[in-house]
Amino acid sequence: MQRVTRSAVIDAPLEQVWAVLRDFNSHDAWHPAVAKSHIENGEPADQVGCVRNFELRDGAKIREQLLALSDQDFISTYCILDATVPLRRYVATLSLKRVTDGNRTFWHWQSTFETPPGRERELADMVGRGVYEAGFEGLRRYLRQGSRAAVATRSTAGEMTGQAIVLKAFGGADQLAYENVAVAAPAPGEVRVRQRAIGVNFIDVYVRRGDLRMVTPPAPIGMEAAGTVVDVGANVHQFLPGDAVAYAYGVPGAYATLRTLPAEQVVAVPAGIEPETAAAVLFKGMTAEYLLHRVNQLRAGETVLVHAAAGGVGLLLCQWAKHIGATVIGTVGSDDKARIAREHGCDRPLVTRDYRFAEEVKALTGGRGVDVVFDGIGRAAAAENYEAVAITGHWVSYGQATGPVPALDPAKQAAKSLRMSRPVLFHYTSDARRLNEMAKRVFEMVERRILRAVPRHLMPLAAAATAHRALEARQTIGAVVLVA
Amino acid sequence: MIRVYTSSVVDAPADAVWALVRDFNGLPKWHPSIAESRIEGNWPADRVGCIRNFRLRDGGVIREQLLSLSDYDLQCTYSILESPMGVENYVATLKLTPVTDGSRTFAEWSAEFEAPPARERRLADDIGQGVFQTGFDALKGYFGRR
Repeated sequence: MQRVTRSAVIDAPLEQVWAVLRDFNSHDAWHPAVAKSHIENGEPADQVGCVRNFELRDGAKIREQLLALSDQDFISTYCILDATVPLRRYVATLSLKRVTDGNRTFWHWQSTFETPPGRERELADMVGRGVYEAGFEGLRRYLRQGSRAAVATRSTAGEMTGQAIVLKAFGGADQLAYENVAVAAPAPGEVRVRQRAIGVNFIDVYVRRGDLRMVTPPAPIGMEAAGTVVDVGANVHQFLPGDAVAYAYGVPGAYATLRTLPAEQVVAVPAGIEPETAAAVLFKGMTAEYLLHRVNQLRAGETVLVHAAAGGVGLLLCQWAKHIGATVIGTVGSDDKARIAREHGCDRPLVTRDYRFAEEVKALTGGRGVDVVFDGIGRAAAAENYEAVAITGHWVSYGQATGPVPALDPAKQAAKSLRMSRPVLFHYTSDARRLNEMAKRVFEMVERRILRAVPRHLMPLAAAATAHRALEARQTIGAVVLVA
Repeated sequence: MIRVYTSSVVDAPADAVWALVRDFNGLPKWHPSIAESRIEGNWPADRVGCIRNFRLRDGGVIREQLLSLSDYDLQCTYSILESPMGVENYVATLKLTPVTDGSRTFAEWSAEFEAPPARERRLADDIGQGVFQTGFDALKGYFGRR
């Protein structure tokens, strides 16, 4: 048995490299030796067990099967089924590790196989140099061209081709498909953005499930992204090609590598903020901003209850409310999440997995209840929320992860002089001036390090379905960001 | 349990880097935070179970025990027995992997430990940046080029 190992360092963030390599059928785009490739039986290229059937430039034909794929550990393992080259029992594993020093990627590629006697050296050399080393160079070139291609198309007006996640029909995460899409040139008042990072929000799940009828499938989804301006339409004066921008926009379609949208809905991103951070913080940060400063004007000394306190919005609400001077009680689903919430300003994280918290909240507030509850849970927590809020308190229902909040009996509302709000962010951001004010305040809070907005889960755009499953299974802590 | 992970690339072959870092008593030779070190009981520095007793430039004394040493995988694992840092169950691993492209070294240094919640973030930064990244920067300097 022979073993061949090659490794290299690629000058790009791990997510960017993985976005290409996890696609089992991408090698004809980046590997110089591969002429053409397809996945048999029309299966998705990230389907474990799928077979890629490809031809090398020298005419060799190979069929390889994907044996394992991990978006968690960035590992892909595959074997040769048949080949016109005499490699027997060939199994290869490609794995990526983060070089934290410089945000680069270590790429390790190793295989074991058997060869006919006498040809050991020749074939080991073919695999090591012809496949692996040539692959490293090919991918480097591919990544460089990718960014060059985006820049070069600035001058050529007209349609560009990008990739997007398309919702096929309302339903589960399996309804999300990765496809090529045509992206129109910007019309007057529009910009076209090369998107680098896409924020995943729970609203995307509502849209996917059809809880919120914001699209008619097949349709693109996603509300938030960050990247750079490719080109601008007539009458757009606030942006130039190359500017760093981000948006949280009320029309779905952000899960894409390229997008054209109204310039009024796009905001500038300060130089010190990476696209991954902007996409992790803009929508969720503006949500915290309008909840704490507009829907409810939180004052120092008040006590608030933040649900899903270790979630994307929850962590920002905790930090911001603490900064204002409030006492923050939070609910979380695990001890790990409690720790993260505490690190982000949550004074009392309550661990609960069954939405029971009112008794503890009352105990912590001397029986009084909280002044404000920020509720993204909805139906499952409705009765407990009513119990947990103080007399003259404010129940702000800004999301409904478990379904809509049932209508509240006016008599019950009167019993506490309870204020109830059901705000929608996009009503507040539809005014361009207010949008810019809100975004600016969020980015300032990040720059002043009052908000620590670390995207905790970076995944390739193509793995959007995995991201949705993790979010729905309550497995994520902090923001989930897709990288394009 | 807190996990800290730091990785870097050193512009020298892995066997050369390993020859330097495998010496469990050799920290003062390359890590700028370490003033002096000795192995307790006069054990050899590559005997698994040996204890290094070293002094930081700021005066703190740390005792660490070698738990594993692999000249095959180019990695070593050790635990803290005593330190002024206030960590519990601290186990760290330093691992090297050759980068065949350019004959450099991919170096990973990771640790798991427990600490009071309020100090976790600070300790994670101190260890990840102050100890591990500082060590990598020193290794990069030691081998001349970046």
